[in-house]
Amino acid sequence: MESARVVVTGLGAVSPLGLDADQMWAGLCEGRCGIGRIRAFDPDGLPCELAGEVPDYNIQDHVPRKYRKSCKLMCRDIELAVIAAQQAVLASGLVTKGIDPDHVSINPARMAVNMGAGIISCDMPELAPAAAVSTTEGRFDIRRWGREGLDHLTPLWLLKYLPNMLACHIGIIHDAQGPSNTITCAEASAHLAIAEAAQILARGDSDVALTGAAEAKVNPVLMVRQMLLKRTNNTCNNRPSEACRPFDANAGGSVFGEGGGVLVLESLDHARRRGARILAELVGIGQSHSIGPAYARLEPDGQAVRIAIEKALDDADIDAHRLDLLIPHGTGVPQDDLAEAQGIQAALGEAIDRVPVWPTKSMLSTTGAACGALDAIAAIQAITTGTIPAARNFEKAADGCRLRIATEDIRRPIEHAICCSYTHGGQTAALVLRRYDERTTE
Amino acid sequence: MKTPTTHERVVITGMGIVSPLGADVETVWQAILAGRSGAAPTTIFDASTFPTTFSAEVKGYDFRRHVRQAARHEGCSRSSGFAIGAAVQACRQAGIDVETPCPTDGIDRTRMGIYLGAGEGSLDSDAFFAAVIAAWNPQTNEFFWPEANRVVFEQMQATRELEQEPNMAAAHLATLTGARGPTRGCLTACAASTQAVGEAMMLIRHGQADIVIAGGAHSMIHILGLTGFNRLTALSRRNDSPETASRPFCASRDGFVLGEGAAIVILESLSSARRRGATILAELIGYGSSSDAHRVTDMHHEGRGAVQAMTAAMADAGLTYRDIDYINTHGTSTQENDSVETLAIKTVFKERARQVPASSVKSMLGHLIAAAGAAELITCVLAMRDAIVPPTINLNDPDPELDLDYVPNVPRKMPVRVVMNESFGFGGQNNVVILKQYSEARQKQP
Repeated sequence: MESARVVVTGLGAVSPLGLDADQMWAGLCEGRCGIGRIRAFDPDGLPCELAGEVPDYNIQDHVPRKYRKSCKLMCRDIELAVIAAQQAVLASGLVTKGIDPDHVSINPARMAVNMGAGIISCDMPELAPAAAVSTTEGRFDIRRWGREGLDHLTPLWLLKYLPNMLACHIGIIHDAQGPSNTITCAEASAHLAIAEAAQILARGDSDVALTGAAEAKVNPVLMVRQMLLKRTNNTCNNRPSEACRPFDANAGGSVFGEGGGVLVLESLDHARRRGARILAELVGIGQSHSIGPAYARLEPDGQAVRIAIEKALDDADIDAHRLDLLIPHGTGVPQDDLAEAQGIQAALGEAIDRVPVWPTKSMLSTTGAACGALDAIAAIQAITTGTIPAARNFEKAADGCRLRIATEDIRRPIEHAICCSYTHGGQTAALVLRRYDERTTE
Repeated sequence: MKTPTTHERVVITGMGIVSPLGADVETVWQAILAGRSGAAPTTIFDASTFPTTFSAEVKGYDFRRHVRQAARHEGCSRSSGFAIGAAVQACRQAGIDVETPCPTDGIDRTRMGIYLGAGEGSLDSDAFFAAVIAAWNPQTNEFFWPEANRVVFEQMQATRELEQEPNMAAAHLATLTGARGPTRGCLTACAASTQAVGEAMMLIRHGQADIVIAGGAHSMIHILGLTGFNRLTALSRRNDSPETASRPFCASRDGFVLGEGAAIVILESLSSARRRGATILAELIGYGSSSDAHRVTDMHHEGRGAVQAMTAAMADAGLTYRDIDYINTHGTSTQENDSVETLAIKTVFKERARQVPASSVKSMLGHLIAAAGAAELITCVLAMRDAIVPPTINLNDPDPELDLDYVPNVPRKMPVRVVMNESFGFGGQNNVVILKQYSEARQKQP
């Protein structure tokens, strides 16, 4: 029976605002912007030279000693996921094999991993020596590639770039032998992965799930993809911190970036049995699909956003007036922001005038699959601290946007927060999180 | 989250397939019963100098023949095109209206979802390699990024880039059907579409949807896909005899045959199917999922994860190993998979292990990667319908270590009521579903 309640007991975040969830929250509270000129490669020649990049780290510091050798099979997406997961597990107080193999406190068969991931672009310089020997008159020659070029790649090359390897490495490090899934629905991936993980716990197939997403978009192929889809702001290269302006009248596109976020979800029974610190409860899940004339855009009336929010509220058994915070997808792409605003307005009805809306991408950038995980973590931090920080880069609402964007810090108890996401391609999702109160547990 | 008051039974009401053996269900099934192989030299691009020069391609297929409004899907990736054809077939059989703004099939679109195990579009390798070559200085071993940026930006195209994303197949199916319910997509390598079917079943069982268009679509027959699998030495290299190359459980097996395609099943709650008067093809009664958590490169040597997934699926179905009539194996034709899978079946099926027929249709279809599990699921439904178990072809050189009943070379007439379908993904995701001939009588609950 689907009856178990699902709670959050640990958070891990690697974001343009820092290497852990606390740094991210501190940055968000200060209104700091994690966007700057691209450092991962020389962006010269691209219309948009900006990205939200994670501060430097050494992956070896974030994996168990015995696992260090395996780091050579990790692309950046995998590293970000592994770091976030390590952090989240540590914060939860659970002892997995990856924390201390001699004092494991959980049944590995009852631990699931459900991660969102992007389609991972292969590393260009890594392929360069192989491509260089595969040319005829300066052009790529597939016959030479097949004959000799491909031998220049390390035999395990493919394994670095399979999207399921994020969940796979996390599963091996923490010895999670329960269900393992990898959701590949672009920017909705994290919310969908978290939703599925919650359903796996609720139906009793696991006790604990490591769930969230990671993606590293800072390479020419993935950045150019967003530029070709006309989603980037190409006019702010000299003013990076002002570039991403969700719902603002002067918005001119988004900025893309990288990040990883992992939540430890746990059945309430399991969390209480071990005396875990419970951060929030996941109470509502909603999903839908946008059907527009153009796949790369949200349908103009944001219907699928509306349906996802309504379903999530219905699942949580609350009406929109009981929401104290809404974190929208809000990328800063004017057309999409407007469509999303229409959907939110339709779902919230009169409550639109009282529910504070707090977009985060002005500070975190659009981190692909990861963005929904970072938003869910931010929502939980808002709930646990009773704080909604002021939105950044919002001065005047774009035409048609009636959202009540939080322009100043708000301090008050937050009972319910909702996070929304959508993707080019159309998937939409919404999650409702509730403040956890010991007294209401019976 | 709300607690549903009842568990919905989940049935299959439509099926569609686009595969190396044909682009409709009956053609593919007849080819399988005739023991034909879909493998042949690769034609999508010039693979003549690769270590493996053949694959199981979908041949002579054009998605435009399956839809009236082809322009809406123009520029779709190869695998999205496969998904469109398979979905149209499945929806027709299930009585779901497609390509109409005002459906009259009586289905609430917000209760109809999509769950695909779908792969990436094929990389624009012309632009990609041109950029890499332009930016690389082989004398200094330096990579000049601005040159790469310039070529990528000049040569890559928006639609093709959008179609790279694995969620796009679902986007096309939503446009086709108007589905507004829960939509998810997963990419757990070779286990993806079995996982999609299993999780889709759970969405219906627990009341989150009435119908889910589920299955998979994938083509890794592209330059980097073939490169990656070749480097892993996972592919058969029987270049002189592609049709005998996929030889699961054979002593001389030397790797899998890379295939492509799409397979879609319409999963529906029994109450919705009854209300609509849909023809019920089979019932899905069990799903088990696990992770090896062992190594990224190898399966657990004892098949620990496979055993756990099989055991969980049977528990979910309320059955034991004595109730399974037929196992549709993962059976890839790699040394490792076929040995470990055999061991896992022996562990789970104990004294019955050698009695339960366990065949691999990959011997004919090739390995459709993310789409494999759903394609194989369709053969399971047909096996029950026609009371005939598909064979494992090319099994003329048995491995003395592998001594199960793999249904060698010819199909076998026998009643089939309950089937176990197995998929094990590279990286250790194991997914198993159990399906059953539909009968009115309520199954026992776990």
